[in-house]
Amino acid sequence: MLESLKSKLHQTLEAALLEAELACQELTLYVDATQIKEVCLKLRDEFGFSQLIDLCAVDYADYGGSAWETTQASEHGFSRASQIDEFTESETGGMRFAVVYHLLSIDKNLRLRLKANLPAELPIIDSVISVWRSADWFEREAYDLLGILFDGHPDLRRILTDYGFVGHPLRKDFPLTGYVEMRYDPEQKRVIYEPVSIEPRILVPRVIRDDNRYATGEK
Amino acid sequence: MAEIKNYTLNFGPQHPAAHGVLRLILEMDGEVIERADPHIGLLHRGTEKLAESKPFNQSIGYMDRLDYVSMMCNEHAYVMAIEKLLGIEPPIRAQYIRVMFDEITRILNHLMWLGAHGLDIGAMTIFLYCFREREDLMDCYEAVSGARMHATYYRPGGVYRDLPASMPKYQSSKWHSQKEVDRKNANRQGSMLDFIEDFCQRFPKCIDEYETLLTDNRIWKQRTVGIGVVSPERALQLGFTGPMLRGSGIEWDLRKKQPYEVYDRLDFDIPVGTEGDCYDRYLVRIEEMRQSTRIVQQCIDWLRVNPGPVIIDNAKVAPPSRAAMKDDMEALIHHFKLFTEGYCVPEGEVYSAVEHPKGEFGIYLVSDGANKPYRVKIRAPGFAHLAAMDEMARGHMLADVVAIIGTMDIVFGEIDR
Repeated sequence: MLESLKSKLHQTLEAALLEAELACQELTLYVDATQIKEVCLKLRDEFGFSQLIDLCAVDYADYGGSAWETTQASEHGFSRASQIDEFTESETGGMRFAVVYHLLSIDKNLRLRLKANLPAELPIIDSVISVWRSADWFEREAYDLLGILFDGHPDLRRILTDYGFVGHPLRKDFPLTGYVEMRYDPEQKRVIYEPVSIEPRILVPRVIRDDNRYATGEK
Repeated sequence: MAEIKNYTLNFGPQHPAAHGVLRLILEMDGEVIERADPHIGLLHRGTEKLAESKPFNQSIGYMDRLDYVSMMCNEHAYVMAIEKLLGIEPPIRAQYIRVMFDEITRILNHLMWLGAHGLDIGAMTIFLYCFREREDLMDCYEAVSGARMHATYYRPGGVYRDLPASMPKYQSSKWHSQKEVDRKNANRQGSMLDFIEDFCQRFPKCIDEYETLLTDNRIWKQRTVGIGVVSPERALQLGFTGPMLRGSGIEWDLRKKQPYEVYDRLDFDIPVGTEGDCYDRYLVRIEEMRQSTRIVQQCIDWLRVNPGPVIIDNAKVAPPSRAAMKDDMEALIHHFKLFTEGYCVPEGEVYSAVEHPKGEFGIYLVSDGANKPYRVKIRAPGFAHLAAMDEMARGHMLADVVAIIGTMDIVFGEIDR
């Protein structure tokens, strides 16, 4: 089912479809970010993907990064990864962000994932709000949490964070503790913001096991 | 003639009918809504960011706190995503237990919804009735996991432990006489399955009671019929799922259409509405409670005669038993590694969705092969529903806004995440 859909999509979308991947019984399409709106319109009208179930963004800046060097574990033992080093960006080929669309076709009972890569500098993509109305808040959320700009969105305000919030919290270079904390100041008789006073720390270091000891099944 | 101006009304964030912390900016012409702008995020806790900094298993507890009236269904989507990436499948008994608790959760959620929705639009008694039955189900949660609400019961590869052989009982005290306690303990004499079965036999009559209070009630109908009408086309455009979509007449239920766990072995029906108004969505949810009771009964029948393991026998993912840990070095190492470092999940990405009481609850999980998720995106059904607030409320009266918030079954834990 998904295989035939994949070949059909290749024919219809032509150059806009960069790559199609089938993994875990899910079909992922990598599409050209500049043509996202045309692709979405075609998918809705010709392939029956009448619902945009989810839209989100992913920051690939830290992809594959780990706090532990595991290859040399037997020589030196594990080091404690208790401090956070300066954030170093992983090699993403200049395409740091990806916007991910999850589509659902109720008539055909099919799901589809679209991915469009965006550069670190000025990540901007066309809004699909005219294709699916449900994109409205999802795009606002992606803007709020990751700083993706949606061209043509009528009301691109922050949605989840506080009024007057600075930064995009789901970016990998944004610390878990944030930058500011707030408290009530009895002298000024109002709530004030101050730089955070807690030290950032890692409780469980991030580690990638290359030796596949933990891989229990095929992907 | 006097000049009439539009004015702006600030509804919430601390308003009993706002179901938590919703701030609504309403632009009104007299008592008619011209524009509704919900401000959300007052309960934003950064669950997605927190999940990125923890081993996979440590985030299961956060999932309970998303939609805090249907806890186990949230966990279900999350553990299913991990299982999909790991390529493992829980034992069949665990799948039945999960389905049973998913349906218990659905009843819990709908009871909460019915009580609160009724209270919002002027029906006081229904709230007391609903919470009476909710209490029994909460006891089931407690018996199986130790917590009344935030269970953290599901694990990748199964569930934490098997169903208890006995139900906890009330004890007499200075304030509760032995006679009173005996009466309360009457249905707690057997196993937990006996207790749930007793509930399943009582519950359809309770639903009848709710219906005598509301279904033909003139005031209830005046407040819900024709309010917040959504056509099937608009429901799809707006990303509606669950009872909101079925209320508009689209027969779509993941349990039937994309069955997960053992739903394809169970017999149940999918209720759909015709008008797409608040009253139809009420009827859909009431019928869903009846169907859930049916599913729970079928699960009980199966679980009674089919003992077996409830979590996979794979020490790389699920911890070894306590007994094994005490005298087996290998088991001790596995236990230590699992609870300090966790397990690494193969590189890849999956989206797993469950039919949550509120709609489609999905987890989009990206893993780069580490012991922590690279990115977790929680697709909350309520988020898409509340986004349609403006469209649904436009042209209605102020009092109907309360009915519309109620019919959406809003819980801020999942919307703000």
